[in-house]
Amino acid sequence: MTKKVDARGFSCPQPVIMTRKAIQAGEFPIEVLVETATSRENVRRAAEKLGCQVEVEEMGDEFKLTIAK
Amino acid sequence: MSEKFTRFFASRWGIVLAGAVIGALAPLLQKAGNPPNMGICVACFERDIAGALGLHRAAVVQYIRPEIIAFVLSATIAALLFREFKPRAGSAPIVRFVLGVFAMIGSLAFLGCPWRTLLRLAGGDLNAILGLTGLAVGVTIGVQFLKAGYNLGRSYKTYTAVGWIMPVIMIGLLLLRIFKPQFSEGGAIFFSETGPGSMHAPLYISLGAGLVIGFLAQRTRFCTMGSIRDVVLMGDTHLISGLGALLVVAFIANLILRQVSFGFFGQPVAHSQHLWNFLGMVLAGLAFALAGGCPGRQLFLSGEGDGDAGVFVLGMIVGAGFAHNFALAGTPDSVANGTVGGISPYGMAAVILGLVVCLIIGLTMRDK
Repeated sequence: MTKKVDARGFSCPQPVIMTRKAIQAGEFPIEVLVETATSRENVRRAAEKLGCQVEVEEMGDEFKLTIAK
Repeated sequence: MSEKFTRFFASRWGIVLAGAVIGALAPLLQKAGNPPNMGICVACFERDIAGALGLHRAAVVQYIRPEIIAFVLSATIAALLFREFKPRAGSAPIVRFVLGVFAMIGSLAFLGCPWRTLLRLAGGDLNAILGLTGLAVGVTIGVQFLKAGYNLGRSYKTYTAVGWIMPVIMIGLLLLRIFKPQFSEGGAIFFSETGPGSMHAPLYISLGAGLVIGFLAQRTRFCTMGSIRDVVLMGDTHLISGLGALLVVAFIANLILRQVSFGFFGQPVAHSQHLWNFLGMVLAGLAFALAGGCPGRQLFLSGEGDGDAGVFVLGMIVGAGFAHNFALAGTPDSVANGTVGGISPYGMAAVILGLVVCLIIGLTMRDK
């Protein structure tokens, strides 16, 4: 089951904190939704730092990041 | 092509470049006429704008600073070019306003935003060590709230016109700066004839430097508060490498331009009342952390359509009005009289009040 993190509308570091919590919970894959390019970069950097692979998909005004271990 | 640039700006070299450029341009702006150790200071410059508009009547700090205008407009241009202009608002704007007010009161107790804290240090002003330590402590307190679930809630997509409000306000300020209208005899718009407000680089240089910095900072998300927060929160040194670059390059530039003079007492537009330099920046750092960005970052965010960041900026400008109307801001040391400056008892009370308000915000606004 894909774990979903809806971080749309939250400004950083909130999306990063939510993503880190999800990663630490250890259920993969994780789908993170964010709205700004800043959040996209921050979430990607934080997840990669924790040793995860990140795929980014642009969906209209939003970004979907799929995180796998 | 655009993706390649975006990748570069998001990299460590990108943020180092942004810090280095700010570190180089600020001493040059000082050389070109801006006040000493104040090539750029977001808090001081917003305070000068408040003064020019007559929101306070401290005659020595009144000028419509083109750097601030250029920061916002350049962020708007960068955001439009890279399809990042996203009008959004609605994340507890009134709290952001209050945080902006107290962020300014704290910054003016010390006499500088985080950028100027670094620039003061790079000019040999050792009081900045107290300021920087205070900033780090304030941000660290903010991080504890973040860890405990503090947040101001979501913002929401909104009408395009909402995103344009801050850029248009800046265009209005630019017109006021260019045409210098006087709306009544002896009234606003005010431009200082003496003091720091009278010291400024030529308009085109201020605008040019501001546009370069605004563009780089928008692309790289340069943020002094974020630098410290990310290290404390998760050991991430990405942003802080930009801060380091700023400090090193500004110091070298100041050495070349002979703008370095080490000491505590009598530093330009600074006081050496250590406790209040420290506590002023604890308050500022905490307010920035709770609001999610340093004053510079809030300007860039407001340029890319973030209405909540715009409210924080307006809070800072109003806070500058309070700071000077109620004599809360720091008074510089006087070399001529040999007296140490500092803040008044009212200023001390305001800093304490600000800390209490920020603590209440941090404690009460969180997901359980």
